[in-house]
Amino acid sequence: MKPTELLYAETHEWVAVSTEGGRKVGTIGITAFAIEQLTDLVHMVLPKVGTKVGAGKEFGEVESVKAVSSLYSPVSGEIVAVNDQLPGRLEKLGDDPYNSGWMIKVALSDEADLNKLMDHAAYQKQCASE
Amino acid sequence: MSGALNQTPLHAWHAAHGGRMVDFAGWSMPVQYGSIIDEHQATRTAVGLFDVSHMGRLRIDGPGGAALLDRLLTRKVTGLGPGKIRYSLVCKEDGGILDDVLVYHLRQPQDALYHQLVVNASNREKIVNWFRSQMRADDEATLTDQTVETAMIAVQGPSALRLLEPLVGADLGGLAYYSGAETSICGHRGIVSRTGYTGEDGCELIVPAAAAVDVWTRVLETGKDQGARAVGLAARDTLRLEAAMPLYGHELNECIDPLTADLACAVNFSGRDFVGREALLVIQAKPGRPRRVGLELVGRRIPREHYPIVVGGEKIGEVTSGTFSPTLQKSIAMAYVQPQFAEVGTEVAVDIRGAMEPAHVVKLPFYHSRAK
Repeated sequence: MKPTELLYAETHEWVAVSTEGGRKVGTIGITAFAIEQLTDLVHMVLPKVGTKVGAGKEFGEVESVKAVSSLYSPVSGEIVAVNDQLPGRLEKLGDDPYNSGWMIKVALSDEADLNKLMDHAAYQKQCASE
Repeated sequence: MSGALNQTPLHAWHAAHGGRMVDFAGWSMPVQYGSIIDEHQATRTAVGLFDVSHMGRLRIDGPGGAALLDRLLTRKVTGLGPGKIRYSLVCKEDGGILDDVLVYHLRQPQDALYHQLVVNASNREKIVNWFRSQMRADDEATLTDQTVETAMIAVQGPSALRLLEPLVGADLGGLAYYSGAETSICGHRGIVSRTGYTGEDGCELIVPAAAAVDVWTRVLETGKDQGARAVGLAARDTLRLEAAMPLYGHELNECIDPLTADLACAVNFSGRDFVGREALLVIQAKPGRPRRVGLELVGRRIPREHYPIVVGGEKIGEVTSGTFSPTLQKSIAMAYVQPQFAEVGTEVAVDIRGAMEPAHVVKLPFYHSRAK
């Protein structure tokens, strides 16, 4: 996925929206900027398929040598897929955060959640100010 | 961020070389330049350079200097030969630790002897005030805070001595661990000491503030082929934790005494008096004190400061420092636990944000350097 085509949350998660089986599904990960800031990732906790998440609510956590950070879902809905491979290959997350670095897929329960997210340009602006 | 942060003479260098600057004890300090783990490994396998100019350097002059220090430190300074350095503690009357310090006994070129204390950045003002409040008119000693006029650079790792040898006037091979000398460092007058806080062999250099950038860049340049690199405070913390060195504000504070902190080796009771002595003798006779232990976890989640240690649903202690150990590739922690759980091998759990993560007590330190 191309970073320019994604939506972004202030908390550094990205979302790619697609239509799967007639419903809108958001694929969610964290941005290259966030991974760069965290550095030295050692552990990640991801939820189970079937879990319900709310927009802005925690769905997991990622731990670096320095600190533990919560992962927040940018959208509400039910988790329909989890990238179980990812916690075992965290050191590679930095190489490919927008493709093999995806974390969860959420079947959207409210498409209006997407209106609160940033486009790539707005997100870049946020990163530059941090 | 507050504009009032202190800056070391190397601040501009750090900022220009990708140093991620953070507020540390009122100083703007590089926490890392890139990967903490890479910086950690460079120090374990080659050489790491650390800007530790934020640490306090206090000079004590006068014929009464040793007697003053004898009164305020847990170890005796009188009799400490010129060129020798000693780790010691500054305690309150109740035995609580005000700071842990290094005392240097140094000889000036004109042959005058003086003492220098290196204190924690976070405690510098407190210690200066404490010393001033404890000094008497007839002490024949003066205390000068030289922190701002000087810079301090730690050069740590198995290649550190070899790297410094051509840059330093003193014979480093002949300089014993925990000794130091006034000498020339890259052509500047300074102090070289065989000390450090990483568990590796190495030296710490104290030079005039104006010489800091020159010394830093020349050491880095000379050591480039040996893998020398700048290392930030984050890796300094993972290194010292592997070496099980206590850190003030974590393992040590004013409510912890040296005996509980497992620093009895830094307390000398015999034939002398010092602030805190009476309280420490009472504590020494008291059974059931908590103990400082090392923990190794089964999983990779990191036990952070203040996380509870749990056995059978009961809290039996608390983590003081934890990290992922780059050397052991395991999550480790130091903690205080009730004494009956301090035996090596004891199975405990760390409450990591509600999940009971299995861990066991291990022997400290987690890591032992082969050299030194």
